[in-house]
Amino acid sequence: MDTVLRNMNCEVTPPIVLVLHRTLGSGTALKNLLDRHLPRVVTEPDDKEPLKANTFYLAPAGYHLLVDKEGFHLSTDEPVCHSRPSIDVLFESAAHAFKDRALGVILTGASADGAEGAAQIVEQGGEVLVQDPETAENPALPKATIKRLEKQARVMSLVEIGRKIANGSASKRRLK
Amino acid sequence: MSEDLYNIEKDLLLEGIYRLYGYDFREYAEESLRRRIKKAMAREGVESVSAFQDMILHDVKCMERFVGNLAIHVTSMFRDPDFYLTFRNRVVPLLRTYPFVRIWIAGCSSGEEVFSTAIVLSESGIYDRCRIYATDISDAVLKRAKEGIFPLNSMKEYTRNYLMAGGEGEFSSYYTAKYDHAIFRPSLLKNVTFAQHNLTSDASFNEFNVIFCRNVMIYFTRTLQERVLKLFDESLCRLGILGLGKKESLKYSASEGLYEELVDAQRLYRRLP
Repeated sequence: MDTVLRNMNCEVTPPIVLVLHRTLGSGTALKNLLDRHLPRVVTEPDDKEPLKANTFYLAPAGYHLLVDKEGFHLSTDEPVCHSRPSIDVLFESAAHAFKDRALGVILTGASADGAEGAAQIVEQGGEVLVQDPETAENPALPKATIKRLEKQARVMSLVEIGRKIANGSASKRRLK
Repeated sequence: MSEDLYNIEKDLLLEGIYRLYGYDFREYAEESLRRRIKKAMAREGVESVSAFQDMILHDVKCMERFVGNLAIHVTSMFRDPDFYLTFRNRVVPLLRTYPFVRIWIAGCSSGEEVFSTAIVLSESGIYDRCRIYATDISDAVLKRAKEGIFPLNSMKEYTRNYLMAGGEGEFSSYYTAKYDHAIFRPSLLKNVTFAQHNLTSDASFNEFNVIFCRNVMIYFTRTLQERVLKLFDESLCRLGILGLGKKESLKYSASEGLYEELVDAQRLYRRLP
């Protein structure tokens, strides 16, 4: 993610939402780690919190994070591919809420959680960038996504992903 | 399924459910509701929302299944142990000053929260003067909660949570193990009344010292949430305590000014006089 962010050189960014597979007891350690590496402060949103530009959001442990026109919603429904928070859940909600303004980014990951959600984003007119599996620490997720999206996956390096996000238009959501 | 078509069918489904059964899901948060409808459709083996509507309007068992599944939350006893620890250390002393305490657990689901609360009150020595009202939208789920039976392999996690929540005894003393199940002591439910209550449509039914509504309103739109918070405002006695879920906040609500937060970020709020 560092590489992506270093190449995301821009003053104003749209709201960026991160889903990392994490365990319930992970506490604030993850957030603190991200705070040190990201250019701006990371927030774990509360239910009903509105999305703001220039802000990084991290899905809180033990909840699914969803977005709609009101802002963030949380859910305690059962895990998807053993994950809660799940990438699929976030991506699907973003697909329906933001349609062609949604941008999904798939990076390294050990399960297929995210592939189906990526398909939803594309179906609703949005775009999905996938890290080249050759460069991924764990290629399972990028591969599963490419398989699911067939020709519609835009596979690229982390550097390119960062630049693409920076060049994108307002109100795109970047998700891992 | 095209977007507009889904929205039309979904609106018709919810309208039909409301008019026939009186359950109003029309102001449930869109995206989480969409997931749950899709899951219900897969469970019932129907391809379209309209087909689901057909089934649900003509088969009350299908409706019961739908409502039952809406009411299930994947949760645990002493979930967010810090919350219970704060409740034990900061709220219980306040409750001691009352001769009689009424507690409402709104959206009690399968009962984990009820047992957790009962255990804290019991260890604090004030259980006998408390009356707990545990309500939920689904009769089926309430029936399950009353049984007090939980998977035995959940006990490891529950014990850990219990200890982090300031538990003073042996957690295993609260249940007996039988095959794969842990059956919790019926005495913990001595002062508990389970009742069906619908937060979207039912009115206030009493005045309480404590109301817990945790991880229930996350499924509501903001508008509905405001209405439910107003219902709680009306149901809390002076200086009563409202307890929300870890990632729920009064910050985006009109009710914010009516409460003070007891302890930062613990989601226990006291109603200002």
